[in-house]
Amino acid sequence: MEANNKEQHIGYGTYILVWLSLLVFTSITVTVAGVNLGRYTLFIALLIAAIKSGLVINIFMHIKFDEPIFKVFIALSGFTLFIVFILTFFDILYR
Amino acid sequence: MANGTIAMTDLPVPKAEKSFFEQSTNKHSGILSWLLTTDHKRIGLMYMFGIISFFLVGAIIGLLMRLELLSPGGKIFSAQTYNSLFTLHGVIMIFLFIIPGIPAIFGNFFLPIQIGARDVAFPRLNLLSWYVYIVGAILALTSLFLPGGPIDTGWTFYIPYSVRSGSNVSLAIFAAFILGFSSILTGINFVTTTHRLRAPGMSFFKMPLFVWATYATAWIQIIATPVIAITILLVIIERAFGVGIFDPALGGDPVLYQHMFWIYSHPAVYIMILPAMGVVSEIIPTFARRTIFGYKQIAYSSLAIAFIGYLVWGHHMFSSGQSDTSNWIFSLLTFLVALPSGVKIFNWVATMYKGSIDPQPPFLWVMSFIVLFSIGGLTGLVLGALATDIHLTDTYFVVAHFHYVMFGGTGTIFIAAFHYWFPKMFGKMYNLKFAKIAVVTYFIGFNMLYFPKFIMGYLGMPRRYYDYLPMYTPYQRISTYGSWILVSTLFFIVGYFIHAYFRGKKATSNPWGGVTLEWHIPSPPPVENFKVIPVITHDPYDFSQLKEMKDE
Repeated sequence: MEANNKEQHIGYGTYILVWLSLLVFTSITVTVAGVNLGRYTLFIALLIAAIKSGLVINIFMHIKFDEPIFKVFIALSGFTLFIVFILTFFDILYR
Repeated sequence: MANGTIAMTDLPVPKAEKSFFEQSTNKHSGILSWLLTTDHKRIGLMYMFGIISFFLVGAIIGLLMRLELLSPGGKIFSAQTYNSLFTLHGVIMIFLFIIPGIPAIFGNFFLPIQIGARDVAFPRLNLLSWYVYIVGAILALTSLFLPGGPIDTGWTFYIPYSVRSGSNVSLAIFAAFILGFSSILTGINFVTTTHRLRAPGMSFFKMPLFVWATYATAWIQIIATPVIAITILLVIIERAFGVGIFDPALGGDPVLYQHMFWIYSHPAVYIMILPAMGVVSEIIPTFARRTIFGYKQIAYSSLAIAFIGYLVWGHHMFSSGQSDTSNWIFSLLTFLVALPSGVKIFNWVATMYKGSIDPQPPFLWVMSFIVLFSIGGLTGLVLGALATDIHLTDTYFVVAHFHYVMFGGTGTIFIAAFHYWFPKMFGKMYNLKFAKIAVVTYFIGFNMLYFPKFIMGYLGMPRRYYDYLPMYTPYQRISTYGSWILVSTLFFIVGYFIHAYFRGKKATSNPWGGVTLEWHIPSPPPVENFKVIPVITHDPYDFSQLKEMKDE
């Protein structure tokens, strides 16, 4: 239950900061979508999405303060997703 | 009590204790005691009624399709009706029968018992997942009768037709979306239950292999199902608002749809087959009276199949226009699945070697499975190879292959599991002679129905056609006659089980001589399974316990 106690230490300030940064990242995504960066458009969109989900998973979902086993499972799921992306790109990039 | 015996001394559940049929888990009695129950066994049985009903409906639709194909010329149904029939057959069999089948019925009923728990980790969530299943099923049925008519896209809902079809595509696929949530909730429940509620002494490597298989399946349910959910939502958005995501006419990419569909639906194939493999690993040791050969390898191979299952979806798309690089990579990865599957088959056979085999019906069903599943698996390699796949894509060969794997594999084991656990679930024994006859007629009917499809497919008969050239008539005839034998057998099986429930002899607590935990408690089990949670000191398939179990 120590983990639960830690949750109490995140102040509203942190939540608001994370929320604001999510908004900033969203506006960057929208702005970048209007700029022609060729094939990098997709990678930048994915990179921003990855940072955003990292913030949500760690702070909003409290995974950062939880037991290691949850981190292991989320990392495994993330790894699987990563491989799925790579395999899909073998089609998109070489078609 | 001998060393290593499951410490059951202070756990003799009194013979007079009420079973879960007689004792409600809530204040209600009658139908409400079922509809509001949180007991995992009752929820398993509620799933059973739903799932078997849909299975029989799906089987009858299959029978009607075969009837249409008895002679060339398309005499019974119109082409449009036939399109709807094969779509409904696929949707019902995949989403309402085979995906939930074994985990929802037998996983719910036996996973907690096999790990020595009183219930699943989240009993109310478990009930919710049943309701979500029923709501999904009702939506699917509603879509049949609304204006626009039944969905006619095939169960894969391929773009662009699924965006342009005038039939009730949106509602039908929304039903699949809802059903996915039921699957995810069940998965979460099983993973948590396996991690948190194992009895003292039950380490991961003392868990029965059915638990291992259900656990691996639960992970696929959790990770893969959201992909189909989002894909379905995108199709609905595209249909409703004309956003160009998949339809090439709107600037979308139809191959992307196939990627997203199969990123879920290929792992879903393993959601279907893994629990069945778990059941096989339970039945073979019990009837060979021998501990399973290669326990750890079988356990790890479940995880390996679950993992590799994520990496092979592109083999459904060799002729879709995806890149050649993708084609050879996915072909290579596909061949890798044969390794852990082979590990299982060889270990099962090695378990039987020099065993003391008692050929009771559950064992005979498993023998039938091994033959049918091996044919299905090996013809999968033919389709996994690029050159042969081009010739066979979208022919009856594919239909035959996946019916051998799905029906011959999972479907056969679904029936085997009933024969194995029926006495435990209902406390009654069925007629063993009837059951042995059923295995034989099932095997004959099955092969008559599906084997000619391999030949027809090789000769070029396309799937999903309501008519055919006269050259295929003899094969189509044999296939249709086989469907009559097979479906009659299915109704025969349902018949003798119903008869056994009402008129059958009372079953003992351990009619087959099994040693996993469910055979240590009365038949049918009491409400919370165990009076005192057992302490596990034995390996799961250690048959030296049998003598002590008899003495208790």
